[in-house]
Amino acid sequence: MEKRTDGRKLEEMRPITAKTGIVKNADGSAMFQIGDTIAYAAVYGPRELYPKFLQDPARGILRCKYNMMPFSGAGERVRPGPSRRSTEISLVTEKALLPVLNLDEFPNAVIDVFIDLPQTDAGTRCAGICAAAIALADAGITMKELVSAVSVGNVNGRIMVDLTYEEESTEGEVADVPVAFMPKSEQITLLQMDGEITREQLIKALEMGKKACKEIHAIQKATLKEKYVGESDEE
Amino acid sequence: MLVNQMKNERRSHLLKFLEKGLRYDKRKLDEFREITVELGVSKNAEGSARVKLGDTEIIAGIKMSVEKPYPDTPDDGNLMVGAELSPMSSPDFESGPPGTQAVELARVVDRGIRESKAMDTKTLCIEKGERVWTTCIDLVTINADGNLIDAASLAALAALRDTKLPEYDEKEKKLDYKSRTNKKLPLKKTPIAITVYKIGPHYLIDPTAEEEELIDARLTVTTSDGKLCAMQKGENSPLTIEDVDKMVSLAIHKAKELAKRL
Repeated sequence: MEKRTDGRKLEEMRPITAKTGIVKNADGSAMFQIGDTIAYAAVYGPRELYPKFLQDPARGILRCKYNMMPFSGAGERVRPGPSRRSTEISLVTEKALLPVLNLDEFPNAVIDVFIDLPQTDAGTRCAGICAAAIALADAGITMKELVSAVSVGNVNGRIMVDLTYEEESTEGEVADVPVAFMPKSEQITLLQMDGEITREQLIKALEMGKKACKEIHAIQKATLKEKYVGESDEE
Repeated sequence: MLVNQMKNERRSHLLKFLEKGLRYDKRKLDEFREITVELGVSKNAEGSARVKLGDTEIIAGIKMSVEKPYPDTPDDGNLMVGAELSPMSSPDFESGPPGTQAVELARVVDRGIRESKAMDTKTLCIEKGERVWTTCIDLVTINADGNLIDAASLAALAALRDTKLPEYDEKEKKLDYKSRTNKKLPLKKTPIAITVYKIGPHYLIDPTAEEEELIDARLTVTTSDGKLCAMQKGENSPLTIEDVDKMVSLAIHKAKELAKRL
């Protein structure tokens, strides 16, 4: 089978690096880079939620904000501030992370997750979710497990993981499927799709995504371990 | 009320230190924290830089475009500066449209570059009255720990220096962001902003957020080759002419030191 435009195999992701503790002011933070897409995530909280009428006495609230820096995209400047796109991504990011949190522990409080991207080449919501999961763990928030995410898709009948912008914008039958998994329990917490894909192709793509998410999960865990093992060595 | 009392306590504690010429982090009063400048931190930007002043971290990115000039400057390139105090960078920042602090930050950075005539804007004209290059500088805070203005100004200048123009097809009147030329921006000057902070009788440089919260007044002085090109007084307390004289001369002196870091 012929290789992809950047020489990768179909089930091969771009190189990944991750780091925790990149924002000192935050309670938890992480950087997640996949290829040329870089996501920063910072977690503040659980902290008191204002205005007060937003508070829920039964459980805490998770609030995610996805933001592309104005110079981060290929082509024209992205206007700063929320857009319809970023608002929707913020929403699905929240839904992707919620299942691993136990917000009953934090009545009236909010956990804020800010995702900022300084440089992008597709797969930004997935990179954001990967960074956010590490940052939440770094903030010491109890989680059932981590969340790992990657985009999968169809480019003219070839099912592949981690599409680049170039691959996403190929002519013909193309589908982009961002997917997030709870990698241990193998459950899907984010699923979106736009483009053309058959049911069989979709299932094949999701299986590929599941495998890739397990690889990402190992990197996320190693990143967290690195920080905390390092810390105890210093003491 | 209690909050004010605590603030006063903290202020007098800091003043006791400063009287001995000491700061909490052992710096001298006119000493910068460790400065790092990293270029090319965002590939899709035509130019970018990350500046760290101690724990303060700011990214500046440049996007170039071709637009119609303003009617009063038909053969000058346009300049725009935007600043985001990202909620990621401090528990005190909230998401939403830029507040007064962000707007002031952007405008002070803008004035330093514009008024020093750092860019030869005439060479950024493609067709008089019709098409000129627009340079858009965006500043995003990553971690806010005091002295954002100086860090932002330095990041903006470093990013401008890092910038390479994208290919512009004059016949088709189309910009191709994918191919970048070797053409740099016409930077003629090095405008450096130094903010001098006053607390009691003392003048401070590069405060941490902890110190900055307790200051009485600040004066940002932007100079280029020792010449003043922009100023901004901030915070609530007044300054005497004598204060201004001392603050300006300290700023000129420190600017020379900072310019070497670029």
